[in-house]
Amino acid sequence: MAEPLLSVKDLKVSFRTEDGLVRAVDGISFTVDEGEVVGIVGESGSGKSVTMMSVMRLITDPNVIYEGEIVYKGRNLMGLSQDAMREVRGEEIAMIFQDPMTSLNPVYTIGWQIEEQLNEHNDLKKGQARRRAIDLLAQVGIPRPEQRIDDHPHQFSGGMRQRVMIALALSCNPDLLIADEPTTALDVTIQAQILELIKNLKRDFGSAVVLITHDLGVVADIADRILVMYAGRIVEEGNKEQIFYDPQHPYTWGLLGSIARLDRPKRRRLTTIAGQPPSLINRPRGCSFRPRCPQAFDRCSVEDPALTAKVGDGHLDACHLSVEDKRARRDATIRPELAESA
Amino acid sequence: MAAFIIRRLLWMLVVLFAITVLVFLIFFATPGVDPARQMAGRNPSAATIRSIKHEFGLDRSLPVRYGLMMKHMFISRDLISYGSHTRVIPEVVSATPVTLSLVFGAAVIWIVFSILTGVAAAVLRGTIFDPFLMILALIGISVPVFWLGEVVNLVTQSRLHDSFLFSWVPPLGYTPLTQDPFMWFKQLFFPWLTLSVLYIGFYARVLRANLIETDSEDYIRTARAKGLSERRVLFRHTLRTSMITFVSLFGLDFAVLVGGGALLTEVVFGLPGVGLLTYNSLTSLDLPVIMTTVVYAAFFITLASALVDLVYAWLDPRVRLA
Amino acid sequence: MAVFEPEAEGIVLDAEETGGGIVGRSPWALAGRRLARNRIALAALVLFVLIVAVSFAAPLYAKHLAHTNPFESNISGTVTIDGKTRQVLEQGGGKLGLGETPIGPTWHSHYLLGADNQGRDVAARVLYGGRSSLLIGIGSALMAAFVALIFALVAGFFGGWTDAIISRLMDLIWAFPLYLLAISLATVLLTSPHGLTIGFIQVAADSLWIPLVIIGIVYVPYIYRPIRGQVLSLREKEFVEAAIAQGASNLRLIFTEVLPNVASTVIVLMPLMIATTILTESALSYLSIGVQAPKASWGTIIQDGQELLYTRPWVAIAPGIMIVLTVLALNILGDGLRDALDPRSKVRVKG
Repeated sequence: MAEPLLSVKDLKVSFRTEDGLVRAVDGISFTVDEGEVVGIVGESGSGKSVTMMSVMRLITDPNVIYEGEIVYKGRNLMGLSQDAMREVRGEEIAMIFQDPMTSLNPVYTIGWQIEEQLNEHNDLKKGQARRRAIDLLAQVGIPRPEQRIDDHPHQFSGGMRQRVMIALALSCNPDLLIADEPTTALDVTIQAQILELIKNLKRDFGSAVVLITHDLGVVADIADRILVMYAGRIVEEGNKEQIFYDPQHPYTWGLLGSIARLDRPKRRRLTTIAGQPPSLINRPRGCSFRPRCPQAFDRCSVEDPALTAKVGDGHLDACHLSVEDKRARRDATIRPELAESA
Repeated sequence: MAAFIIRRLLWMLVVLFAITVLVFLIFFATPGVDPARQMAGRNPSAATIRSIKHEFGLDRSLPVRYGLMMKHMFISRDLISYGSHTRVIPEVVSATPVTLSLVFGAAVIWIVFSILTGVAAAVLRGTIFDPFLMILALIGISVPVFWLGEVVNLVTQSRLHDSFLFSWVPPLGYTPLTQDPFMWFKQLFFPWLTLSVLYIGFYARVLRANLIETDSEDYIRTARAKGLSERRVLFRHTLRTSMITFVSLFGLDFAVLVGGGALLTEVVFGLPGVGLLTYNSLTSLDLPVIMTTVVYAAFFITLASALVDLVYAWLDPRVRLA
Repeated sequence: MAVFEPEAEGIVLDAEETGGGIVGRSPWALAGRRLARNRIALAALVLFVLIVAVSFAAPLYAKHLAHTNPFESNISGTVTIDGKTRQVLEQGGGKLGLGETPIGPTWHSHYLLGADNQGRDVAARVLYGGRSSLLIGIGSALMAAFVALIFALVAGFFGGWTDAIISRLMDLIWAFPLYLLAISLATVLLTSPHGLTIGFIQVAADSLWIPLVIIGIVYVPYIYRPIRGQVLSLREKEFVEAAIAQGASNLRLIFTEVLPNVASTVIVLMPLMIATTILTESALSYLSIGVQAPKASWGTIIQDGQELLYTRPWVAIAPGIMIVLTVLALNILGDGLRDALDPRSKVRVKG
């Protein structure tokens, strides 16, 4: 097997605050292969954004503390100088953010902002950057790109702005595209369009994609592999089929239960996960999910479950329940119809 | 755009009208205040006061007096000062270059130094230099300008005047630029510094706060994600958007100073500018001069606020003029 | 359920005690804790309290240490320093050796900082001056805040025409150059020889009330603007809407929902406002249209010292240093308060 494009090894990210050390990411490891689409799913505060921001080394908070390794194409990004890191950012790894309304500089035209990115990483002649920017805008589906290139961000709708952000991110043909909740701030119909766009562009540009979301439904169609994060750790990891057909961790069940499905004939209640994520300052003993887990038993409050493969190749989960127990309880919790869903 | 200009002109007229009426009322309708008595000197007879009142039209009704004053100011432009009995408008016109010289020079100094200080403090955030610079800035805004002027005079005109450091400092006063540019510069140098201290402190603090606030904006994160250098992120993105507030503050402060707000500096350094003229006319209840300088000041301030809005719209494309 | 409701108990629990759950603390308790940790702000507070205390102890200093009445001229008096008796107003001493020069700083309890033109003890006068300056500064800031708060609440709650009229009026005062308004009012109020009579209120020409009220008036719009904005946005907040839906009266809303929320803004503004009003008072007094003789303030003393600047600079320098220290302390304190009460200064951790 070829070396993965990105490999995160035991990454820990913490912040010093006046209340104590906040462990936002607490020892996670995963890989992203070339051209692969990985979905990272979890509630807000689960550490998914912090993880990927760390990959880009974009956290400017002076109180941040990193531990672990982030190996990209054989180089440990943690050890790179700021200047070497700048070569990686935007050129090799690009990022799209959650809120397209605030992610573009309001005082410059979108053309200026795309050209700035192109000129930073390429030696372009005058006019070349502009032509390339127009091409990119056309590729992401902006109508009349020759005219719109001189518009300012506020003249675009949210969906169009996210397209501009995607054009910006793809401008240097990155090998890895990180999309941090790219559809959360958008209308439902626009969400589908943007996901479709990312899927198509991934095919055209051949980039690997890491898609961060709190909504399993978003990654259902697009992701090859899915990581479920909870309280700064990965609690379950597997390919799309494994996560959707045979979810192992009670937290994943909860996430699955809260997807609204319009394609189901039977009306059913959306289930919710009761309670709040734990404090990242003083982690409860044992399993982090225990206080909210309806399946918790004695062992959960004593021993922290490790992320291990129990059911099959590449399907890992961090839960003390036995596989049989899990399947039985799961089917009782999130109805049998799950088995049919895709 | 046209609608904006018309609206602004109308608002300017409203402000000028309201301000002149207000000043007029303050000086003529407050019980116990009598400009005629002020003009008549010590122990005037009733007859003297009456003749003065008649001469200056002070025995007419308030609205008539107001109307006459406005007519003399704007239409026949021959308003006569109660104090010096000369025409007011040339007096204001001759004071204007003094004030402009003072304020322009100070503005250049304060823009340069406040940007340097503000940017340095924001960039050096987390080091000891940031609080150090900000305490310096706070001291700058805590010093009364007239007192600072006195201390500067004490040092440059008296205590250290005979040392090589300040022996070049000429006596207090003003020499027109056209007459002797070098003398103009030498006489204005310390007034410029003194006047700019407050503004350097204030603007540096505002700019630093703005830079830090802007730095946490999503689009700055985007700029970093693009792989731009920190220098480029700072100058082309963070500073560029932070300057919007800076520029609009500057426009208004500049206008207030040109309008006569630098009067304390003018008093301390003996500069015969608009501020000094205003102050002298206020204390001698010389209402024609007061009215003229008030209109002059309000004109600059309302004009500047309209200009600031235009510049603001140019700097921030999101703003639409209405 | 006001957001900023002060919590009487203010019990702070550690995460451990609550089993790692999210701990609720009142914003006031949090702010207090942050302020207590800000050493520079605490030092500024101590300095300010010290200046206030010393200024209000002025009569004690004058009586027991300086043994002088700083409001009585003492042109022909003498003073004994280290066994030598000296004239308070010494002959000569100027550049040409003509005229009289008051005694310089003795650095003893008598005439610590020297005397002014009329042979009065400068140190004692600076303390008395501080009393006036602080009274006017604090008083006018309180007055401006009170008036602005009432206007803002009325404008914010009744909206419509009431809001339009009040806000335009404030815009007008705002457009009026502050120094012009203050100087106009001061000139007019101070030139009437026998003080001022408004209805049944009699105000003496040397009353501290005149500069206090003038300065209070001119700063109303500066506090009005931010507070009105806040009141308007509070009205749209869910908890106020909920209270309206429950049938709460306007008055009740103002006292239970809006005031507690606006309070933090006013508190942050207060030290900065007092700093500004003290500076304004000193400027007016320096132009001799603020505090009137026989009363003194830091500004009037600087003005007294102007003609002695090159011979006895301490007369002008001492009150200036007091102004700088006071205003600086207030500005630092204001900064500290803002940092402590501003929720945005909290560390944000995003998922």
